[in-house]
Amino acid sequence: MSEYNGEVRKMMIILSKASLENVYAAFVLANGARMEGIEAEMFFTFFGLEAIHNKKLEHLHVATVGNPAMHMPTMIGGLPGMEALATNLMKKEMEKLDMPEVREFLEILQASGVKLWACKLAMEMFHYEKEDMFPGLDGVLTVGDFYKQGSGIGTHMLFI
Amino acid sequence: MEKLIAGKNIQVNEEGYMTDFSQWDKAIGEELAKENNIELTAKHWELIQYIQNEFKAESPLTIRKIGKSGVVDIKEFYALFPVGPLKTATKIAGIPKPAGCI
Repeated sequence: MSEYNGEVRKMMIILSKASLENVYAAFVLANGARMEGIEAEMFFTFFGLEAIHNKKLEHLHVATVGNPAMHMPTMIGGLPGMEALATNLMKKEMEKLDMPEVREFLEILQASGVKLWACKLAMEMFHYEKEDMFPGLDGVLTVGDFYKQGSGIGTHMLFI
Repeated sequence: MEKLIAGKNIQVNEEGYMTDFSQWDKAIGEELAKENNIELTAKHWELIQYIQNEFKAESPLTIRKIGKSGVVDIKEFYALFPVGPLKTATKIAGIPKPAGCI
């Protein structure tokens, strides 16, 4: 803690889900780190891979089921079209705050120097190739490689 | 609080941001840039002018807006102000630190 006075120097953010609210949380934290002069790297694993899958990243939804904070009964949240409705409402609110769409946000992160990594195991599990993913992806890594990326004093890891 | 810079007394907050933009001038901008280890180029000045205009228009600054400013793209913005770009740029420009999270 003595070196850098306990300051955060680098954020390693692991995204394991692709419901829109989780994806945005991860993106805002990564961008926010860069804006504060903190390094940031992201590791997309399991369903988090959808957020960097070229054909899927523009079609992510807010979760309306299994989310008590939506204040919506699970049965209703499960009705056809509810996810799309909730997603549209959320997107409208985010647009007011100048929040970019997922692809533009990824481009901003990349331009800001955030490293974007896909998890090797999850890529194999879903039968995805690097070519299927967002072109700005920095590479496909094992867990061990990702930890190595995070070595050094002042690194913090976050799992979403 | 008061701060003496470039031969002038200016009002700043505890983080060093100027609280009265009318006190700002280019010489102060130069000194504030030096304090933040930035050597100002023509491109820096162009961007400072842009964010000051946005401030005067009361239009909140975000990284997305900088990218669409037509002055720099986001990569160039980080090249001009490598550490905390919007925080540093607003400090040099004599305007408040942006309050948003994006």
